[in-house]
Amino acid sequence: MDKIITYKPFGNQIILVEWESKIDTSILKEIIRFKNKIEFQKKILYTDLIVGYNSLAIKYKKPFLDFSIELEILKSIEKIEIQTERDTNFIFEIPVCYDVNFGIDLEEISAKSGLSIDKIIKLHSERSYTIFFIGFLPGFLYLGGLSEQLFFDRKANPRIQVEKGSVAIGGQQTGVYPNDSAGGWNVIGKTPINFFDIENVNPCFAKAGDKVKFKPVCIDEFHQLEKEIKANIYQVLKIEADA
Amino acid sequence: MLKVLKSGFYCSIQDKGRSGFASVGVPVSGIMDTYSSDLANSILNNPLDLAVLEITFGNCEFQFLKKTIICISGADFSAKLNGIVINLNSKIIIQPNDILSFGKMNFGARTYVAVKHGFLSEKRLKSRSYFKNITKDFIIRKNDLIAYTDFKLSLTFTNTSVKINQNHFRTPILECFKGPEFDKLNQNQRYKLLHQEFTISMDNSRMGYKLEEVLENNLPQILTSAVFPGTVQLTPSGKMIILMRDCQVTGGYPRILQLSEESINRLGQKSTGAKIQFVIN
Repeated sequence: MDKIITYKPFGNQIILVEWESKIDTSILKEIIRFKNKIEFQKKILYTDLIVGYNSLAIKYKKPFLDFSIELEILKSIEKIEIQTERDTNFIFEIPVCYDVNFGIDLEEISAKSGLSIDKIIKLHSERSYTIFFIGFLPGFLYLGGLSEQLFFDRKANPRIQVEKGSVAIGGQQTGVYPNDSAGGWNVIGKTPINFFDIENVNPCFAKAGDKVKFKPVCIDEFHQLEKEIKANIYQVLKIEADA
Repeated sequence: MLKVLKSGFYCSIQDKGRSGFASVGVPVSGIMDTYSSDLANSILNNPLDLAVLEITFGNCEFQFLKKTIICISGADFSAKLNGIVINLNSKIIIQPNDILSFGKMNFGARTYVAVKHGFLSEKRLKSRSYFKNITKDFIIRKNDLIAYTDFKLSLTFTNTSVKINQNHFRTPILECFKGPEFDKLNQNQRYKLLHQEFTISMDNSRMGYKLEEVLENNLPQILTSAVFPGTVQLTPSGKMIILMRDCQVTGGYPRILQLSEESINRLGQKSTGAKIQFVIN
Protein backbone atom coordinates (compact mmCIF):
# COMPACT_ATOMS: atom_id res chain seq x y z
CA MET A 1 0.00 0.00 0.00
CA ASP A 2 1.20 3.49 -0.82
CA LYS A 3 1.37 5.51 2.31
CA ILE A 4 2.93 8.86 2.95
CA ILE A 5 4.38 9.26 6.40
CA THR A 6 6.19 12.38 7.56
CA TYR A 7 8.53 12.64 10.51
CA LYS A 8 8.97 15.91 12.38
CA PRO A 9 11.06 16.84 15.38
CA PHE A 10 8.78 18.26 18.11
CA GLY A 11 11.42 19.82 20.35
CA ASN A 12 14.49 17.73 21.17
CA GLN A 13 12.78 14.88 22.97
CA ILE A 14 9.74 14.10 20.83
CA ILE A 15 9.32 12.93 17.26
CA LEU A 16 5.94 13.29 15.60
CA VAL A 17 5.00 10.84 12.87
CA GLU A 18 2.09 11.96 10.73
CA TRP A 19 -0.19 10.31 8.21
CA GLU A 20 -2.68 11.88 5.80
CA SER A 21 -4.89 14.39 7.57
CA LYS A 22 -8.17 12.54 7.80
CA ILE A 23 -10.14 10.48 10.29
CA ASP A 24 -10.07 6.96 8.95
CA THR A 25 -9.86 3.54 10.58
CA SER A 26 -7.35 2.35 7.96
CA ILE A 27 -4.99 5.15 9.07
CA LEU A 28 -5.59 4.18 12.70
CA LYS A 29 -4.56 0.62 11.83
CA GLU A 30 -1.31 1.83 10.30
CA ILE A 31 -0.56 4.01 13.31
CA ILE A 32 -1.11 1.08 15.66
CA ARG A 33 0.97 -1.22 13.47
CA PHE A 34 3.85 1.26 13.69
CA LYS A 35 3.35 1.63 17.44
CA ASN A 36 3.47 -2.17 17.84
CA LYS A 37 6.69 -2.33 15.82
CA ILE A 38 8.32 0.24 18.08
CA GLU A 39 7.20 -1.62 21.20
CA PHE A 40 8.22 -4.99 19.80
CA GLN A 41 11.63 -4.11 18.33
CA LYS A 42 12.90 -2.31 21.42
CA LYS A 43 15.45 -0.30 19.42
CA ILE A 44 14.68 3.04 21.02
CA LEU A 45 14.19 4.22 24.59
CA TYR A 46 10.88 6.00 24.95
CA THR A 47 8.54 6.86 27.80
CA ASP A 48 5.29 7.41 25.87
CA LEU A 49 3.77 6.57 22.50
CA ILE A 50 0.79 8.86 21.96
CA VAL A 51 -1.72 8.10 19.24
CA GLY A 52 -3.77 10.90 17.61
CA TYR A 53 -6.25 10.71 14.70
CA ASN A 54 -3.45 10.82 12.12
CA SER A 55 -0.32 10.88 14.25
CA LEU A 56 1.97 9.03 16.58
CA ALA A 57 4.12 11.03 18.99
CA ILE A 58 7.18 9.29 20.38
CA LYS A 59 8.45 10.79 23.59
CA TYR A 60 12.04 9.72 24.17
CA LYS A 61 13.47 8.99 27.57
CA LYS A 62 16.25 11.50 26.99
CA PRO A 63 16.72 14.43 24.62
CA PHE A 64 18.28 13.39 21.31
CA LEU A 65 21.29 15.17 19.90
CA ASP A 66 20.74 14.49 16.22
CA PHE A 67 17.26 14.19 14.73
CA SER A 68 18.55 12.66 11.50
CA ILE A 69 20.05 9.69 13.37
CA GLU A 70 16.78 9.03 15.21
CA LEU A 71 14.92 9.41 11.93
CA GLU A 72 16.96 6.66 10.29
CA ILE A 73 16.33 4.34 13.24
CA LEU A 74 12.58 5.01 13.09
CA LYS A 75 12.50 4.41 9.34
CA SER A 76 14.28 1.11 9.81
CA ILE A 77 11.80 0.10 12.50
CA GLU A 78 8.92 1.01 10.20
CA LYS A 79 10.33 -0.96 7.28
CA ILE A 80 10.65 -4.28 9.01
CA GLU A 81 7.55 -6.39 8.52
CA ILE A 82 7.44 -8.75 11.45
CA GLN A 83 4.52 -10.86 12.37
CA THR A 84 4.27 -9.54 15.90
CA GLU A 85 1.94 -11.41 18.16
CA ARG A 86 -0.73 -9.05 16.86
CA ASP A 87 -2.23 -7.13 19.72
CA THR A 88 -5.74 -8.46 20.05
CA ASN A 89 -8.48 -5.89 19.72
CA PHE A 90 -11.71 -6.17 21.66
CA ILE A 91 -15.26 -4.94 21.49
CA PHE A 92 -16.42 -3.83 24.94
CA GLU A 93 -20.10 -3.80 25.77
CA ILE A 94 -20.97 -0.69 27.75
CA PRO A 95 -24.37 -0.66 29.49
CA VAL A 96 -26.04 2.74 29.20
CA CYS A 97 -29.24 3.97 30.79
CA TYR A 98 -30.86 6.41 28.35
CA ASP A 99 -33.51 7.51 30.89
CA VAL A 100 -34.28 11.23 30.51
CA ASN A 101 -33.21 11.72 34.13
CA PHE A 102 -29.69 10.83 33.01
CA GLY A 103 -29.94 11.85 29.36
CA ILE A 104 -30.66 15.42 30.30
CA ASP A 105 -30.33 16.74 26.74
CA LEU A 106 -32.36 13.98 25.05
CA GLU A 107 -35.59 15.99 24.93
CA GLU A 108 -33.85 19.06 23.53
CA ILE A 109 -31.99 17.26 20.76
CA SER A 110 -35.10 15.23 19.96
CA ALA A 111 -37.10 18.45 19.52
CA LYS A 112 -34.34 20.07 17.43
CA SER A 113 -33.74 17.11 15.15
CA GLY A 114 -37.27 15.78 14.87
CA LEU A 115 -35.99 12.31 15.81
CA SER A 116 -37.92 10.54 18.56
CA ILE A 117 -36.00 9.69 21.72
CA ASP A 118 -36.42 6.00 20.94
CA LYS A 119 -34.92 6.56 17.49
CA ILE A 120 -31.95 8.44 18.97
CA ILE A 121 -31.31 5.57 21.40
CA LYS A 122 -31.60 3.01 18.61
CA LEU A 123 -29.21 4.93 16.34
CA HIS A 124 -26.71 5.41 19.15
CA SER A 125 -26.72 1.85 20.44
CA GLU A 126 -26.94 -0.19 17.23
CA ARG A 127 -23.39 0.56 16.06
CA SER A 128 -20.01 -0.18 17.47
CA TYR A 129 -17.53 2.67 17.74
CA THR A 130 -13.79 2.59 17.16
CA ILE A 131 -11.52 3.98 19.86
CA PHE A 132 -9.11 6.25 17.96
CA PHE A 133 -7.17 7.27 21.06
CA ILE A 134 -7.54 8.37 24.67
CA GLY A 135 -7.06 12.01 25.63
CA PHE A 136 -8.65 15.17 27.06
CA LEU A 137 -9.12 13.50 30.47
CA PRO A 138 -7.66 10.30 31.92
CA GLY A 139 -9.80 7.53 30.40
CA PHE A 140 -11.65 9.73 27.88
CA LEU A 141 -12.08 7.71 24.68
CA TYR A 142 -12.22 9.44 21.31
CA LEU A 143 -14.83 7.37 19.47
CA GLY A 144 -15.43 7.36 15.74
CA GLY A 145 -18.36 6.02 13.76
CA LEU A 146 -21.34 8.06 14.95
CA SER A 147 -24.40 8.03 12.67
CA GLU A 148 -24.67 11.30 10.70
CA GLN A 149 -28.24 11.61 11.93
CA LEU A 150 -26.80 12.09 15.42
CA PHE A 151 -24.37 14.91 14.59
CA PHE A 152 -25.41 17.61 17.06
CA ASP A 153 -23.45 20.80 17.70
CA ARG A 154 -21.84 21.22 21.09
CA LYS A 155 -23.90 23.27 23.55
CA ALA A 156 -23.45 27.05 23.21
CA ASN A 157 -22.90 27.28 26.96
CA PRO A 158 -20.81 24.42 28.32
CA ARG A 159 -21.84 23.01 31.70
CA ILE A 160 -19.59 23.66 34.67
CA GLN A 161 -20.10 20.07 35.70
CA VAL A 162 -21.04 17.04 33.69
CA GLU A 163 -21.41 13.95 35.88
CA LYS A 164 -19.02 11.03 35.74
CA GLY A 165 -20.37 8.31 33.44
CA SER A 166 -22.34 10.71 31.25
CA VAL A 167 -22.64 9.47 27.67
CA ALA A 168 -22.70 12.40 25.30
CA ILE A 169 -22.55 13.64 21.71
CA GLY A 170 -20.41 16.59 20.63
CA GLY A 171 -20.37 17.47 16.95
CA GLN A 172 -19.50 14.30 15.06
CA GLN A 173 -18.22 12.44 18.09
CA THR A 174 -19.65 10.49 20.97
CA GLY A 175 -17.99 9.68 24.25
CA VAL A 176 -18.22 9.02 27.96
CA TYR A 177 -17.07 11.40 30.71
CA PRO A 178 -14.74 9.27 32.87
CA ASN A 179 -15.01 11.70 35.78
CA ASP A 180 -16.96 14.80 36.76
CA SER A 181 -15.78 17.52 34.44
CA ALA A 182 -16.78 20.73 32.74
CA GLY A 183 -18.12 19.92 29.30
CA GLY A 184 -20.12 21.14 26.33
CA TRP A 185 -21.41 17.92 24.84
CA ASN A 186 -25.09 16.90 24.71
CA VAL A 187 -25.73 14.34 27.44
CA ILE A 188 -27.95 11.45 26.29
CA GLY A 189 -27.42 8.81 28.99
CA LYS A 190 -25.26 7.44 31.74
CA THR A 191 -23.12 4.34 32.26
CA PRO A 192 -22.12 2.88 35.63
CA ILE A 193 -18.81 1.62 34.14
CA ASN A 194 -15.55 3.15 35.38
CA PHE A 195 -13.45 4.19 32.41
CA PHE A 196 -10.59 5.19 34.64
CA ASP A 197 -9.87 3.23 37.79
CA ILE A 198 -6.85 4.49 39.65
CA GLU A 199 -6.78 1.35 41.81
CA ASN A 200 -5.97 -0.74 38.77
CA VAL A 201 -2.40 -1.37 37.52
CA ASN A 202 -3.81 -0.70 34.08
CA PRO A 203 -6.21 2.15 34.92
CA CYS A 204 -8.15 2.09 31.64
CA PHE A 205 -9.41 -1.26 30.30
CA ALA A 206 -9.55 -0.04 26.71
CA LYS A 207 -6.88 1.06 24.23
CA ALA A 208 -6.66 2.74 20.85
CA GLY A 209 -7.94 0.33 18.19
CA ASP A 210 -10.51 -1.40 20.42
CA LYS A 211 -14.22 -0.82 19.95
CA VAL A 212 -17.16 -0.12 22.22
CA LYS A 213 -20.85 -0.86 21.77
CA PHE A 214 -23.47 0.73 23.97
CA LYS A 215 -26.20 -1.52 25.34
CA PRO A 216 -29.40 0.16 26.57
CA VAL A 217 -30.40 -0.81 30.13
CA CYS A 218 -33.36 0.31 32.24
CA ILE A 219 -32.94 2.33 35.39
CA ASP A 220 -33.32 -0.72 37.67
CA GLU A 221 -30.56 -2.56 35.83
CA PHE A 222 -28.42 0.57 36.01
CA HIS A 223 -28.71 0.66 39.80
CA GLN A 224 -28.08 -3.09 40.05
CA LEU A 225 -24.92 -2.74 37.93
CA GLU A 226 -23.82 0.24 39.97
CA LYS A 227 -23.94 -1.97 43.10
CA GLU A 228 -22.03 -4.80 41.43
CA ILE A 229 -19.35 -2.40 40.20
CA LYS A 230 -19.01 -0.87 43.64
CA ALA A 231 -18.65 -4.34 45.17
CA ASN A 232 -16.02 -5.14 42.53
CA ILE A 233 -17.88 -8.17 41.18
CA TYR A 234 -18.68 -6.78 37.74
CA GLN A 235 -16.51 -7.31 34.69
CA VAL A 236 -16.95 -5.35 31.50
CA LEU A 237 -18.13 -7.77 28.82
CA LYS A 238 -15.66 -8.04 25.98
CA ILE A 239 -15.38 -10.09 22.82
CA GLU A 240 -12.48 -10.40 20.42
CA ALA A 241 -12.90 -8.18 17.41
CA ASP A 242 -12.02 -9.21 13.87
CA ALA A 243 -8.62 -7.97 12.81
CA MET B 1 4.62 14.84 59.56
CA LEU B 2 4.38 18.33 58.16
CA LYS B 3 1.25 20.09 59.40
CA VAL B 4 -0.34 22.78 57.24
CA LEU B 5 -1.24 25.82 59.37
CA LYS B 6 -2.06 28.15 56.52
CA SER B 7 -2.43 26.88 52.96
CA GLY B 8 -1.86 30.09 50.99
CA PHE B 9 -2.77 30.55 47.34
CA TYR B 10 -1.81 27.15 45.92
CA CYS B 11 0.50 24.50 47.32
CA SER B 12 0.90 20.90 46.23
CA ILE B 13 3.31 17.99 46.49
CA GLN B 14 5.17 17.40 43.24
CA ASP B 15 7.92 15.17 41.88
CA LYS B 16 9.09 14.58 38.30
CA GLY B 17 5.57 13.48 37.26
CA ARG B 18 4.00 10.51 35.49
CA SER B 19 5.65 8.92 32.50
CA GLY B 20 4.15 6.07 30.56
CA PHE B 21 0.45 6.79 31.11
CA ALA B 22 -0.19 9.34 28.33
CA SER B 23 -1.79 6.62 26.19
CA VAL B 24 -4.64 6.42 28.72
CA GLY B 25 -4.95 10.20 28.93
CA VAL B 26 -2.97 10.86 32.11
CA PRO B 27 -1.10 14.21 32.16
CA VAL B 28 2.59 14.30 33.05
CA SER B 29 2.17 16.80 35.93
CA GLY B 30 5.19 17.34 38.16
CA ILE B 31 7.38 20.18 39.35
CA MET B 32 6.88 23.42 37.39
CA ASP B 33 10.50 24.57 37.82
CA THR B 34 12.78 21.55 38.08
CA TYR B 35 15.88 23.78 37.95
CA SER B 36 14.96 25.06 41.43
CA SER B 37 13.71 21.77 42.87
CA ASP B 38 16.84 19.98 41.62
CA LEU B 39 18.93 22.55 43.43
CA ALA B 40 17.02 22.05 46.69
CA ASN B 41 17.20 18.26 46.49
CA SER B 42 20.89 18.24 45.57
CA ILE B 43 21.84 20.54 48.44
CA LEU B 44 20.32 17.87 50.73
CA ASN B 45 22.08 15.09 48.77
CA ASN B 46 18.66 13.73 47.85
CA PRO B 47 17.97 11.94 44.57
CA LEU B 48 16.48 14.57 42.23
CA ASP B 49 13.20 12.72 41.77
CA LEU B 50 12.15 12.95 45.43
CA ALA B 51 8.88 14.77 46.08
CA VAL B 52 9.00 18.41 47.19
CA LEU B 53 6.45 20.92 48.40
CA GLU B 54 5.63 23.40 45.61
CA ILE B 55 4.42 26.78 46.87
CA THR B 56 2.85 29.30 44.51
CA PHE B 57 2.95 32.99 45.58
CA GLY B 58 3.86 32.35 49.25
CA ASN B 59 1.63 33.49 52.13
CA CYS B 60 1.49 30.11 53.88
CA GLU B 61 2.67 28.44 57.08
CA PHE B 62 3.74 24.93 58.06
CA GLN B 63 4.76 23.14 61.24
CA PHE B 64 7.31 20.33 61.23
CA LEU B 65 6.49 17.61 63.76
CA LYS B 66 9.77 15.66 63.42
CA LYS B 67 13.48 16.42 63.18
CA THR B 68 14.93 16.81 59.73
CA ILE B 69 16.87 19.14 57.47
CA ILE B 70 15.29 21.09 54.66
CA CYS B 71 16.32 23.33 51.79
CA ILE B 72 14.24 25.99 50.07
CA SER B 73 14.97 26.96 46.46
CA GLY B 74 13.16 28.93 43.80
CA ALA B 75 11.11 32.07 44.34
CA ASP B 76 11.88 34.37 47.27
CA PHE B 77 8.77 34.61 49.45
CA SER B 78 10.55 35.96 52.57
CA ALA B 79 10.91 32.53 54.20
CA LYS B 80 11.16 32.52 57.98
CA LEU B 81 11.78 29.81 60.56
CA ASN B 82 10.07 30.59 63.86
CA GLY B 83 9.87 34.21 62.76
CA ILE B 84 13.54 34.54 61.83
CA VAL B 85 14.57 35.14 58.24
CA ILE B 86 16.31 32.14 56.65
CA ASN B 87 18.43 31.74 53.52
CA LEU B 88 17.33 30.16 50.30
CA ASN B 89 19.53 27.44 48.82
CA SER B 90 21.04 26.32 52.09
CA LYS B 91 20.56 23.49 54.56
CA ILE B 92 18.23 24.39 57.42
CA ILE B 93 18.08 22.23 60.55
CA ILE B 94 14.55 21.57 61.74
CA GLN B 95 13.55 20.70 65.31
CA PRO B 96 10.13 19.29 66.22
CA ASN B 97 7.42 21.98 66.22
CA ASP B 98 9.46 24.48 64.20
CA ILE B 99 7.26 26.77 62.13
CA LEU B 100 8.18 27.63 58.55
CA SER B 101 6.36 30.60 57.08
CA PHE B 102 6.29 32.43 53.76
CA GLY B 103 5.13 36.01 53.32
CA LYS B 104 5.82 38.74 50.83
CA MET B 105 6.89 37.88 47.27
CA ASN B 106 10.27 39.33 46.31
CA PHE B 107 10.90 37.49 43.07
CA GLY B 108 9.68 34.40 41.24
CA ALA B 109 6.32 32.64 41.33
CA ARG B 110 7.07 29.24 42.85
CA THR B 111 9.33 28.05 45.60
CA TYR B 112 10.26 24.51 46.60
CA VAL B 113 10.73 23.01 50.03
CA ALA B 114 12.81 19.84 49.88
CA VAL B 115 13.13 17.66 52.97
CA LYS B 116 15.76 14.99 53.65
CA HIS B 117 14.54 11.73 52.02
CA GLY B 118 11.59 13.57 50.40
CA PHE B 119 7.92 14.00 51.21
CA LEU B 120 6.03 10.73 51.32
CA SER B 121 2.50 11.52 50.21
CA GLU B 122 0.72 8.68 48.38
CA LYS B 123 2.26 7.40 45.18
CA ARG B 124 -0.19 6.93 42.31
CA LEU B 125 0.82 5.68 38.86
CA LYS B 126 4.48 5.87 39.88
CA SER B 127 4.37 9.48 41.07
CA ARG B 128 3.41 11.53 44.10
CA SER B 129 2.46 14.58 42.03
CA TYR B 130 -0.94 15.87 43.07
CA PHE B 131 -3.54 15.70 40.32
CA LYS B 132 -7.32 15.68 40.44
CA ASN B 133 -8.84 12.17 40.21
CA ILE B 134 -5.37 10.61 40.32
CA THR B 135 -4.28 11.44 43.85
CA LYS B 136 -6.73 11.81 46.72
CA ASP B 137 -5.73 15.43 47.24
CA PHE B 138 -5.00 17.82 44.42
CA ILE B 139 -4.31 20.90 46.53
CA ILE B 140 -2.87 21.31 50.01
CA ARG B 141 -5.41 22.44 52.58
CA LYS B 142 -5.23 23.74 56.12
CA ASN B 143 -4.61 20.96 58.69
CA ASP B 144 -3.36 18.50 56.08
CA LEU B 145 -0.58 16.24 57.38
CA ILE B 146 2.17 15.29 54.95
CA ALA B 147 4.51 12.46 55.86
CA TYR B 148 8.31 12.55 55.84
CA THR B 149 10.87 10.44 57.70
CA ASP B 150 12.59 11.50 60.84
CA PHE B 151 16.19 12.52 60.17
CA LYS B 152 18.78 13.15 62.85
CA LEU B 153 21.80 15.02 61.74
CA SER B 154 24.98 13.42 63.02
CA LEU B 155 27.50 15.87 61.62
CA THR B 156 27.76 19.59 61.91
CA PHE B 157 27.91 21.50 58.68
CA THR B 158 28.67 24.99 57.51
CA ASN B 159 25.62 27.03 56.72
CA THR B 160 26.75 28.40 53.38
CA SER B 161 24.21 29.09 50.72
CA VAL B 162 24.65 28.36 47.03
CA LYS B 163 24.66 31.32 44.66
CA ILE B 164 22.08 30.97 41.94
CA ASN B 165 21.85 32.43 38.49
CA GLN B 166 19.40 35.34 38.75
CA ASN B 167 18.95 35.19 35.00
CA HIS B 168 16.69 32.19 35.59
CA PHE B 169 14.13 34.48 37.23
CA ARG B 170 14.71 37.71 35.32
CA THR B 171 15.23 37.04 31.63
CA PRO B 172 12.17 37.33 29.36
CA ILE B 173 13.89 35.05 26.81
CA LEU B 174 12.29 31.63 26.25
CA GLU B 175 14.27 29.34 23.97
CA CYS B 176 12.11 27.27 21.68
CA PHE B 177 12.06 24.78 18.87
CA LYS B 178 9.72 25.05 15.89
CA GLY B 179 6.44 23.29 16.62
CA PRO B 180 4.93 20.80 14.14
CA GLU B 181 2.70 23.53 12.61
CA PHE B 182 5.29 26.34 12.65
CA ASP B 183 5.87 26.01 8.90
CA LYS B 184 2.22 26.83 8.25
CA LEU B 185 2.72 30.37 9.60
CA ASN B 186 3.35 33.08 7.01
CA GLN B 187 6.38 35.39 7.08
CA ASN B 188 4.50 38.14 8.88
CA GLN B 189 3.22 35.79 11.60
CA ARG B 190 6.69 34.32 12.09
CA TYR B 191 8.24 37.76 12.34
CA LYS B 192 5.74 38.89 14.96
CA LEU B 193 6.04 35.67 16.92
CA LEU B 194 9.81 35.95 17.17
CA HIS B 195 10.30 39.71 17.45
CA GLN B 196 7.45 40.92 19.60
CA GLU B 197 7.30 40.76 23.38
CA PHE B 198 4.29 38.96 24.78
CA THR B 199 2.60 39.42 28.16
CA ILE B 200 1.37 36.66 30.44
CA SER B 201 -2.37 37.08 31.05
CA MET B 202 -4.22 36.48 34.33
CA ASP B 203 -5.20 33.11 32.96
CA ASN B 204 -2.07 31.22 34.04
CA SER B 205 -1.83 28.05 36.09
CA ARG B 206 -0.11 24.69 36.30
CA MET B 207 -2.14 23.67 33.21
CA GLY B 208 -1.07 26.50 30.95
CA TYR B 209 -0.32 30.19 30.45
CA LYS B 210 -2.49 32.24 28.13
CA LEU B 211 -0.83 35.29 26.55
CA GLU B 212 -2.44 38.74 26.14
CA GLU B 213 -1.37 39.72 22.65
CA VAL B 214 -2.97 38.25 19.58
CA LEU B 215 -1.22 36.72 16.59
CA GLU B 216 -3.45 36.95 13.53
CA ASN B 217 -4.54 33.38 12.88
CA ASN B 218 -5.68 31.93 9.60
CA LEU B 219 -4.43 28.39 10.16
CA PRO B 220 -6.93 25.56 9.98
CA GLN B 221 -7.41 23.55 13.16
CA ILE B 222 -5.59 20.25 13.19
CA LEU B 223 -6.88 16.76 13.83
CA THR B 224 -6.47 16.10 17.55
CA SER B 225 -2.87 15.07 18.19
CA ALA B 226 -0.34 14.89 21.03
CA VAL B 227 0.64 17.98 23.04
CA PHE B 228 3.22 18.32 25.82
CA PRO B 229 4.29 20.70 28.54
CA GLY B 230 5.99 23.57 26.69
CA THR B 231 3.82 23.33 23.56
CA VAL B 232 2.67 26.77 22.35
CA GLN B 233 -0.80 26.49 20.83
CA LEU B 234 -2.39 29.10 18.59
CA THR B 235 -6.13 29.24 19.31
CA PRO B 236 -8.76 30.35 16.76
CA SER B 237 -9.02 33.81 18.39
CA GLY B 238 -5.29 34.33 17.78
CA LYS B 239 -4.42 34.05 21.47
CA MET B 240 -1.58 31.76 22.33
CA ILE B 241 -1.52 29.24 25.17
CA ILE B 242 1.74 27.83 26.47
CA LEU B 243 0.92 24.44 27.93
CA MET B 244 2.49 23.64 31.29
CA ARG B 245 3.03 20.53 33.43
CA ASP B 246 -0.63 19.66 34.14
CA CYS B 247 -1.74 19.98 30.50
CA GLN B 248 -3.87 17.44 28.66
CA VAL B 249 -2.13 14.84 26.52
CA THR B 250 -3.87 15.78 23.25
CA GLY B 251 -5.18 18.96 21.62
CA GLY B 252 -6.59 20.30 18.38
CA TYR B 253 -4.95 23.73 18.01
CA PRO B 254 -1.92 24.32 15.79
CA ARG B 255 1.33 23.78 17.76
CA ILE B 256 3.58 26.58 16.62
CA LEU B 257 6.46 26.31 19.12
CA GLN B 258 7.90 23.91 21.66
CA LEU B 259 9.76 25.39 24.63
CA SER B 260 13.05 23.90 25.74
CA GLU B 261 12.97 22.19 29.13
CA GLU B 262 14.98 25.06 30.62
CA SER B 263 12.47 27.59 29.31
CA ILE B 264 9.53 25.67 30.79
CA ASN B 265 11.31 25.95 34.15
CA ARG B 266 11.86 29.70 33.64
CA LEU B 267 8.24 30.24 32.70
CA GLY B 268 7.19 28.44 35.87
CA GLN B 269 8.73 31.36 37.78
CA LYS B 270 6.67 33.97 35.93
CA SER B 271 3.09 35.05 36.37
CA THR B 272 0.50 37.68 35.40
CA GLY B 273 1.91 40.72 33.62
CA ALA B 274 5.41 39.33 33.05
CA LYS B 275 6.93 39.83 29.59
CA ILE B 276 8.31 36.98 27.54
CA GLN B 277 10.10 36.72 24.23
CA PHE B 278 10.35 33.60 22.08
CA VAL B 279 13.71 32.78 20.52
CA ILE B 280 14.28 29.81 18.24
CA ASN B 281 17.62 28.16 18.91
